[in-house]
Amino acid sequence: MSASYRANLPALARTLALGLMLAAGSGCATTATDPRDPFEGFNRAMYGFNEGFDDAIARPVATAYRDYLPEPLRDRVRNFFSNIGDLFIGFNNLLQGKPEDTMTDWARFVFNSTFGLFGIHDIATEMGLEKHDEDFGQTFGRWGADTGPYVVLPFLGPSTVRDAAGLVFDIGVDPVSTYPAVRERNSAILLRATGQRSDLLDASSILEQAALDKYVFLRDAYLQRRRSLIYDGSPPREKLGAGRMPSPEAAGPQGGHGDGFGSGTECGLEPRAGCEPRLAATTGGHDDAIPY
Amino acid sequence: MRFHIDRLLPRAAIAALTPLALCAGLAGAADTPPDVLVKNVTAEVLGIVAQDKDLRAGNREKTIALVEEKILPHFDFARMTALAMATYWDKSSPEQKARLIQEFRTLLVRTYASSITAYHDRRFNYRPLRANPEDVDVTVSARVLQPGAQAVQIDYDMEKTAAGWKVWDVRVGGISLVLNYRTEFANVARESGVEGVIRTVAAKNRSLESAGAAAEKKK
Repeated sequence: MSASYRANLPALARTLALGLMLAAGSGCATTATDPRDPFEGFNRAMYGFNEGFDDAIARPVATAYRDYLPEPLRDRVRNFFSNIGDLFIGFNNLLQGKPEDTMTDWARFVFNSTFGLFGIHDIATEMGLEKHDEDFGQTFGRWGADTGPYVVLPFLGPSTVRDAAGLVFDIGVDPVSTYPAVRERNSAILLRATGQRSDLLDASSILEQAALDKYVFLRDAYLQRRRSLIYDGSPPREKLGAGRMPSPEAAGPQGGHGDGFGSGTECGLEPRAGCEPRLAATTGGHDDAIPY
Repeated sequence: MRFHIDRLLPRAAIAALTPLALCAGLAGAADTPPDVLVKNVTAEVLGIVAQDKDLRAGNREKTIALVEEKILPHFDFARMTALAMATYWDKSSPEQKARLIQEFRTLLVRTYASSITAYHDRRFNYRPLRANPEDVDVTVSARVLQPGAQAVQIDYDMEKTAAGWKVWDVRVGGISLVLNYRTEFANVARESGVEGVIRTVAAKNRSLESAGAAAEKKK
């Protein structure tokens, strides 16, 4: 879900800088509730803009792309750009002190570019060479840089000050966004962005369903995701409360699972009298005791 | 004395035997190691979807029924809700807690059903479980493979209970369900209290239900 679609138009770098300046300016005026998101007012406005763009252009185009292009073709497009990315994923792994991963990434690039026909076939994965996900934002994080405030970038979506700084480097080394022939470059950037958005169609509709406040849900998901990526998928577990439950006593008997029927769930939370008959009527006080 | 022992006896026998039968059934579940449990349930669910045209096409009611039957018994919703509510859990009355659990559960069932519809044809593989036999809290990691992209890791945080291993958090690509809802719930609770959280989740469920019904009709 990171940086929804990295349509790295060169003008975006300028817009981005402008956005950051605006963020710094307008952030003070808002009453932000989350310390990680001091520019919430600005971010929500930018988020609204991105949603509008997504509704009107990005999602319809991505949906058409998915519906009209056969899957094998879309796989090849994804593989092609993914292969180019491996070069710099490897470089970032080197900067992060993970030379073994770098070797994997570059071996992927070599095999996929040759036997995989310029990268359109991801034969390296089938050979057991695992694909990684790295960028400069992660490298800075690995080096100890704090995320800084959360920022919503125009078109690109969720980011942080650190990741936005990383993005400038990502774009700088990206062969697609720095390709000298303008028309080919723009077409390639658009194709890549469309493909990336189309891969996220299912995820974004699930997000739509799951979130109470989409802005908050996306922000937290992004921050958690980036933290996880910096630790390559196994970050130290965040404390979920003082104990295993915020308050075992208040949570009722199911905290201890002491009633012999395992998760008595809401039975333990209700007066005993209302609970007994249901326990007997269902298969053992499982979750299905809750009327649905 | 109008006490028909002959009529009561069978009932008494059933009443006496039921817990035994249940215990036997639950003992089976309790014995299954957590990683095997996750693998088995995933394989079973994906197998059912692969053989059912309606499920593959994303039939909502059927998918929700599948989640209810196969997946939900392995979740500890009370604990998930308590963790997501964090400090506001203590501020909830027993009656509020029951409603919270119910509404949160409904929301997660729907989300889970949509995920199955979207990702049922992906390949899964599993990382070996890193845990000691005596551990009661473990993380089972599965990975969903996609060509040309990094595999998405799904972590199931599980606790050993008398009724077998129960999932109390799911992390998709490092995003914890419980933590994500914790912020959402806290934001609502700060504004409008525990009742506000219940109202918001219930309203969300209702709107999803009517949206789902409308989508079914369109088909």
